[in-house]
Amino acid sequence: MKNTKSIAIGAVMLCGLFSVSAASAATTLESVKENGHLQCGVTSGLPGFSQPDDKGNWTGIDVDTCRAVAAAIFGDAQAVEFTPLTAKERLTALQSGEIDMLSRNTTWTLTRDASLGLNFTGTNYYDGQGFLINKDIGVDDATQLNGATICIQAGTTTELNLSDYFRSKGMEYQPIVFDTSEQTVQGFAAGRCDVLTSDRSQLAALRSKLSDPSSAKILPNTISKEPLGPVVRQGDDQWFNIVKWVLFAQINAEELGITSDNVEDMLKSDNPNVQRLLGTDGDMGAKLGLRDDFGHQIVKLVGNYGEMYDRNVGPDTPLGLDRGLNALWTEGGILYAPPLR
Amino acid sequence: MAEPMLKPPKSAISPITWVRQNLFSGWYNTLLTLVVGYLLVIGVGPVFSWLFFDATFLGSGPSDCTGTGACWLFISERLNFFIYGFYPDDLQWRVDVMFGLLALSFVPQFIERFPGRKWFGLFGLTGLPVVGYFLVPGGNFGLEVVESSKWGGLMLTLILAYIGILASLPIGIVLALGRRSEMPIIRGICVVFIEVWRAVPLITVLFMASVMLPLFLPDGMNFEKLMRALIGITLWQSAYMAEVIRGGLQAIPRGQYEAADALGLGYWKKTGLIILPQALKMVIPGIVNTFISLFKDTTLVLIIGLFDILGTVQSTITDPAWQNVAIEGYVFVAFCFWVFCFGISRYSQNLERKLDTGHRT
Repeated sequence: MKNTKSIAIGAVMLCGLFSVSAASAATTLESVKENGHLQCGVTSGLPGFSQPDDKGNWTGIDVDTCRAVAAAIFGDAQAVEFTPLTAKERLTALQSGEIDMLSRNTTWTLTRDASLGLNFTGTNYYDGQGFLINKDIGVDDATQLNGATICIQAGTTTELNLSDYFRSKGMEYQPIVFDTSEQTVQGFAAGRCDVLTSDRSQLAALRSKLSDPSSAKILPNTISKEPLGPVVRQGDDQWFNIVKWVLFAQINAEELGITSDNVEDMLKSDNPNVQRLLGTDGDMGAKLGLRDDFGHQIVKLVGNYGEMYDRNVGPDTPLGLDRGLNALWTEGGILYAPPLR
Repeated sequence: MAEPMLKPPKSAISPITWVRQNLFSGWYNTLLTLVVGYLLVIGVGPVFSWLFFDATFLGSGPSDCTGTGACWLFISERLNFFIYGFYPDDLQWRVDVMFGLLALSFVPQFIERFPGRKWFGLFGLTGLPVVGYFLVPGGNFGLEVVESSKWGGLMLTLILAYIGILASLPIGIVLALGRRSEMPIIRGICVVFIEVWRAVPLITVLFMASVMLPLFLPDGMNFEKLMRALIGITLWQSAYMAEVIRGGLQAIPRGQYEAADALGLGYWKKTGLIILPQALKMVIPGIVNTFISLFKDTTLVLIIGLFDILGTVQSTITDPAWQNVAIEGYVFVAFCFWVFCFGISRYSQNLERKLDTGHRT
């Protein structure tokens, strides 16, 4: 009885091998519309990026990025199902079609973009790796960290960046490796190491978890570039364009001063840029395969980029992150969206 | 002979004598008692005050957790998430019904004189999965569909463990019988199956099911992650179960087989009436051991992004709004697991006593 079952599974797997190339005819947009919701891959819990709140609702900047896409397609920011994914499964889940898009603070690198059959659609958060140090060691700059003991989380690019950085500076260090970020902080708090390294977006939150946050400080150095952004499968350019332009629409909306509060008033604006974004003039949405008021829906339901940032990771949240690189190009940052025309 | 053969039993000893005999019977025992007693006093005190006396139970948010003790408020605020995961609020009654039926099926098993408790147990093994199959995912009888991606927390842990346990026992029996079969092909298949599944760690199985299998399946034919994990867990567990049961089969004396043959019983009657009842009874401790370890192994689904109770807790303890609630979270998970595993273990001891027919030597 059991044996027939295992044989059946083996047979299914074999069949799969042969028919893997048989691509489905429907485009991603069509299948999303048919399902009635967007299937979006997120992290299984990272403060500010995607984490379930006390009601079990997903919140975070990565989550809002998915919601914005749902708003653009359905005019309903709730038409999203979230699939929590670990770092190891995230790309496979996308390749196998289990999810429609991945928004799981994934760093955009050449290898991932070019060799895995994936496309990065943009950057919804510019991150970089930094250091949190114990004030007692009296260091002001990362170049003085020679010989330091450093707490890191295992299996992340953080580990590789750290070794690259120290090698290029000709310095030595003693790594102490932990499994989860929680354990890493505990190790740092218990004095097992002088320095903790992680993405800068997480350092402030980790610092606030210490019993005496003032005993630690964040060094000004950023040792790596971590552009984090949504990812889609290669081979469906329409879907690629949609996810890409949803984020651009949010950035353009902030640049034009359109917020979720004033979006209804802005419908009467004379500014042609605003009119095109909100769909009162032109057929920008139709070119993407979306409704013409997709920009209006995104801003109304999710907000512009700045609102999304402030709500999840901004200065008034426990993460307390300044805009920094993630400010608009007009305000000293590097967010620069192509014109919507 | 008028004298009784045995001396009358000693009268019950007073507590003081007991303490003297057991705790202070010599200088080294006195010393040990004092040292251990001291350690208990200085160790247990802080633990209790952290757990209860200094702990925060009531309040409205993270700011109320100011004491030096545990912040149980965090658990009570998130309890709904820890139990139901993402299951929609207004449909949680369905899961509650399942919890109720589960309790109804198995609590009577602990009460010796409960009328008809056998039927409750039988319902738990047969009816409960059927009710659950229709009730929890919905989709029939006008019930709204709840995708398995929304299941989580304690409910998911119980589903994984329950189905894993229930399905692996019959499969394990069949495999164990197959391995002892005299038909070479059947025996070969069973041996290979058992040895392959038993030789891989559960993490590998889950990882394979979650990451590799979808790549092999054709587009559109994609069964859910939970389903894949369940199949993986069941197959893996049944290989273990088969070996435990084979131990029981081998312990049955040859004479029992021969006696059954002499009575003219066929293979199935012999196995079903003579061999299996004795063999299974003998390996109850081994079977329960495997059940308990499976129950705890379900937490490994964490690595494939399913939110069992440990997963829900781990995803929320990093919430920066709460200060250092990691210990509270893990203590809570440990307590939940202890309750269920201890329950399973007590039940099995109960069962062993009841089925004991005194063949021990």
